Amino acid sequence: MFRPATSALRAVASASSSTATALPLAARAAAFHTSAAERFAQPTGDAPASSTGKASTMKEIKIYRWNPDQPAEKPKLQSYHVDLAQCGPMMLDALIKIKNEIDPTLTFRRSCREGICGSCAMNIDGVNTLACLCRIPKQTNTASKIYPLPHMYIVKDLVPDMTNFYKQYKSVEPFLKNDNPPAQGEFIQSVEDRKKLDGMYECILCACCSTSCPSYWWNQDTYLGPAVLMQAYRWMADSRDSYGAQRKEKMQNTMSLYRCHTIFNCSKTCPKGLNPALAIQKMKYELATE
Amino acid sequence: MIGSIVARRSLLSATGLGPCLRMSVSVPRFLPTQVPASRRLASSQTTSVTAAESVAILNAQREKRPNSPHFTIYQPQITWLASIANRVTGSALSVALYAGSITYLLHPYFPAVESANLVQMVHDLPVWVKGSAKLLFAVPFTFHTFNGIRHLAWDVGYGLSLKGVYVGGYGVLALTAVSSIYLAFFV
Repeated sequence: MFRPATSALRAVASASSSTATALPLAARAAAFHTSAAERFAQPTGDAPASSTGKASTMKEIKIYRWNPDQPAEKPKLQSYHVDLAQCGPMMLDALIKIKNEIDPTLTFRRSCREGICGSCAMNIDGVNTLACLCRIPKQTNTASKIYPLPHMYIVKDLVPDMTNFYKQYKSVEPFLKNDNPPAQGEFIQSVEDRKKLDGMYECILCACCSTSCPSYWWNQDTYLGPAVLMQAYRWMADSRDSYGAQRKEKMQNTMSLYRCHTIFNCSKTCPKGLNPALAIQKMKYELATE
Repeated sequence: MIGSIVARRSLLSATGLGPCLRMSVSVPRFLPTQVPASRRLASSQTTSVTAAESVAILNAQREKRPNSPHFTIYQPQITWLASIANRVTGSALSVALYAGSITYLLHPYFPAVESANLVQMVHDLPVWVKGSAKLLFAVPFTFHTFNGIRHLAWDVGYGLSLKGVYVGGYGVLALTAVSSIYLAFFV
């Protein structure tokens, strides 16, 4: 009745492999992925498409490419063909699938894959949006085009240089400033005053709105752009902040705020459904009537 | 025996594979020497640079960065197209007003632009030419007027929702079409 340890191991191994054969290969592989995003992007199986019950539908996706190692080469659109039956529903799934299976040199930012980090902001079929919130269009007769955020300096492929955008955000001092904190406890705010911040505090700073704004395209060195201006107003509108006058004073010049010409590209494109143009108009109104 | 395990462990942790192998099975799937090339980290030469040098490298890269395409690839939307049209029509109407006024001031030297001559010339034109010429002026004039009212409404806080913007935009286009045809052919 003596069974060597190795054969016991083998028995366990064979038992697990017999159950494993019933599972699709990808399901087994996915169990070993620690990253949810990686797991999400895995193909539904290595088996041919017919076995998944879906007919293979090839979609052409054209992606803006530029490589800093060959700076003399002009940026170009590169075509990729993705089988929608073997891909997740979102553009980010397609991008990750292309990077995993077709072209590992493709470069883009992504993190949360659920529209809360703002990393995967890019221009998809002419509209700035988050790749993780953008469905792949089902029409396979037309190619989808993916560009980086418009009028930005490109680090590589779909990765824009956000240095200036973050500098501008820093310049509006996006934090509570009050020299008279309450003696005890926290700042008290009425329900009505708290409601004034709704629709502004949800901004994730993906820069979709700022880079959709023609005024920001032409004047991004001096004009703050919708995302930063909405955050500037978010702190002006906060009843707990006592630096409203100084914050408004900073906007009293021709460029920082008044390059906004109420074009509304920002509100149209916001992937979070916010309305930066409304916040900017409120700020202008307060500056004009104070 | 223990020595070889320690050596294997340290190699695994050096390649970053320690945790994944610990999680799956106690027996590694590959002997250290059999780790496939795709899993092995390439050893690369690193050089240390000073802060100033790294700024120089970054600036050299920045100089070569291309600017991503903008209005040529952005989806045509009534938001920004109406804004551009507002500017173009405003500029065109201003240029037309200044050019027309200055030309009229010069009528002592150019009798062709005197009122009597102009009235006679327009009177003799066929109806379709008169209508088309008036339409050419009526479209920018009415569009700029109605869109100007839309902008004034925004400035006092009306119609600032996305729906308001779209209703206003298509409303302006409809009013422009109706009023410019009326001005061109029925006045």
